[in-house]
Amino acid sequence: MESFFSRFKNALVLIAILLAQTIALATQIDRAADSSHPDGPKVRLLRLWAIALISPFERVSNATGRGIRDSWTDYIYLRNVRQQNLDLQKQVDRLRLQQAALAQDALEGQRLHTLLDFRQNYAVATVAAQVIGSSGTDQSRLLTLNKGSKAGLRPDMAVITPTGIVGKLRDVFPDTSQLLLISDPTAGAGVIFSSTRIHAILRGSQVGRIQIGNLTPDSRIKPGETVLTSGGDGVFQRGLPVGTIESIVLDPAHQPYTLITVRPAVDLNQLDEVLVVTGMAALEALDLTQQQQDLAADPLAHAADISAERLPSIHDDKAPANPADGTDTATPPPDNSTQLVPKPKPVIHPDRYSPGAAPAAAELTPGAPKPKENL
Amino acid sequence: MAMRSYTSRSEFEQYRFNPFITVLVPFALLLIQAYLPSLFPRLLILDLPLIAVIFFAVARRNPIWGAVTGACIGLFQDMLTGQPVGINGIAKTIIGYAASSIGLQVDVENITTRVLMNFGFSWLQSGLLFLIQHYLLGVVSYKISFLHELYRAIFNTLVAIPVFLFLDRAKRRE
Repeated sequence: MESFFSRFKNALVLIAILLAQTIALATQIDRAADSSHPDGPKVRLLRLWAIALISPFERVSNATGRGIRDSWTDYIYLRNVRQQNLDLQKQVDRLRLQQAALAQDALEGQRLHTLLDFRQNYAVATVAAQVIGSSGTDQSRLLTLNKGSKAGLRPDMAVITPTGIVGKLRDVFPDTSQLLLISDPTAGAGVIFSSTRIHAILRGSQVGRIQIGNLTPDSRIKPGETVLTSGGDGVFQRGLPVGTIESIVLDPAHQPYTLITVRPAVDLNQLDEVLVVTGMAALEALDLTQQQQDLAADPLAHAADISAERLPSIHDDKAPANPADGTDTATPPPDNSTQLVPKPKPVIHPDRYSPGAAPAAAELTPGAPKPKENL
Repeated sequence: MAMRSYTSRSEFEQYRFNPFITVLVPFALLLIQAYLPSLFPRLLILDLPLIAVIFFAVARRNPIWGAVTGACIGLFQDMLTGQPVGINGIAKTIIGYAASSIGLQVDVENITTRVLMNFGFSWLQSGLLFLIQHYLLGVVSYKISFLHELYRAIFNTLVAIPVFLFLDRAKRRE
C-alpha cells in the first residue's frame, strides 16, 4: 500500500487537487440561481480578499498613469492647441445661437409634458466612478471601479455614461466594486427598437459583442435602427441608448431565430469614467405608485397602452377627449354597454355596401322586387 | 526508494527561487494582467499568469509543485473574474503538472523548446477551458475560435520568451 502511494504520489496529488476544485465549482453552480447574489458568502469573501489585495496597486498604477497622461497632454503635448482654441471658440459662438433657439423648444416641450402629464423618467441620482482595473481575461468582461458600498453603491445598480448604458454592478465591496459589462456572456438587458417598438432581450457574447437572439426574422428590423432600454429588466431605466443595429443574420444554431448584433453606443473598450445610477429604486417606486394610480383611474386605457407598446404596428391614435386641458375625463363604459361595440366612421361617398345603406333583414319581404340601387 | 542516475535531469537541473520571488513574480504578473487590459483592451488576449505557471513549473521540475503553483495562480485569477472560482484553477493545475513532467524529459533551457512549450500550453489551456465550460459547467454556447486561439498562442509565446529570459536571473540551482 505504501509503495502504491509513493509510486503514484504525483498523480494522486493531481487528482486530489482537481477533485477539490471540481467539487468547489459544482457547489458554486448550484448556488448561482440568484442573480443578485451570484456567489455564496465564502466565495464572495475570497473575491473580497483578492480584490482587496490587488486594488491598492491598481489604484496607484491608475493614479500614476493618469498623472503621466495628464502631465503629457496638459503641459508638454500642446501642438495645435492655439488653433483648436480658435476653432472651439467659433463653435461655442455657433452653439450659443443654437442654444437660444433650443431653449424655446425646451420650454414648449416642458409645457406639453405638463399638459400631457408625462412621467419624469430621467431624474436619477448618479455617482461618478473611475475604472481602475479589469478581470484580466477575455472570458469575463468585468471592470473594477474605484468606489464601493461606502459611496452608496449596491449590487445590480445600472452603470451608464452620458452616451449610453455600460453594464451593472456585480459585486460591491467597501472601497471597490465590480462592473459587469453588457458585453459579458452572463450579462443582459431588456431593450426596445426605437422605430418599430419591438421588445427584445440583449445579451453579451463570448467574443465581447452584444447580440439579440430571441427574435424571428422581421422585415421591419433593419441595420442602423437605434436600440433603447425597455426598462423591463429592473436594472436600466426606460429609454437609455444601448446602440444601433449593426447586422442581422439567421442564427445557425437556433433556427429560425435571427442573430442581431448591436454596435454599443458606448465604446466599452475605452472606459475611463462611468456613472453609477444610485437613484433607481426611488424612481421605480415613484413609477410604480404612478402606474397604480393610472391603473385605478383608467384601466382600459392602461391595457390599450400596454397593447400598443407590445404591438409595433398599432399606432397610438387615441387623442384625449378634452384636448384643451389634456385630460381624458370620459369614464369607461360598463362591460355590457353598447359603447363597447366599435362604430364605423361616416363614409364620404356612400354606396350599397356602406353601413346603413341596406335595409334591415326584418324589413325585407321574400319574393319582393329588387330595390333600386343608390349609386 | 526511486533510484536516480547521475545523469538524471531532475537531479542536475532543478532550480529553487527566493520565496519572495516565488510569491511576488506571479502576483506582479497577475496585477499587470488585471491592469493593462483596462488601458489596452486588446491585451485581454495575453495570459501572463499562464506564463508564470509554465516558468515556475518547468524550473522546479516537480509535478506536485507544478500542480500546486498552477492551482494557486489559476484560483487567484478566477477570483478577479466574474466566473465561478475553479475554471482557471483546474486548467492551470493540469498545465502546471504537465509542464513539470515535460521539464523532467526535455531540455527546457533551449529557446526552441520554450517556444514550442508556450505555444502548445496556450492551446492546451484553450482546450481545457472549452472542456470545463462546455461539459463541466454546461455552457453550450461557449465556443472556440481557432483563429483567435492561434493569435493568443502566438502572442503569448512572443511575450513569454523575454519574460523567461528575465526570470532566469532569479533562478538558483539546487
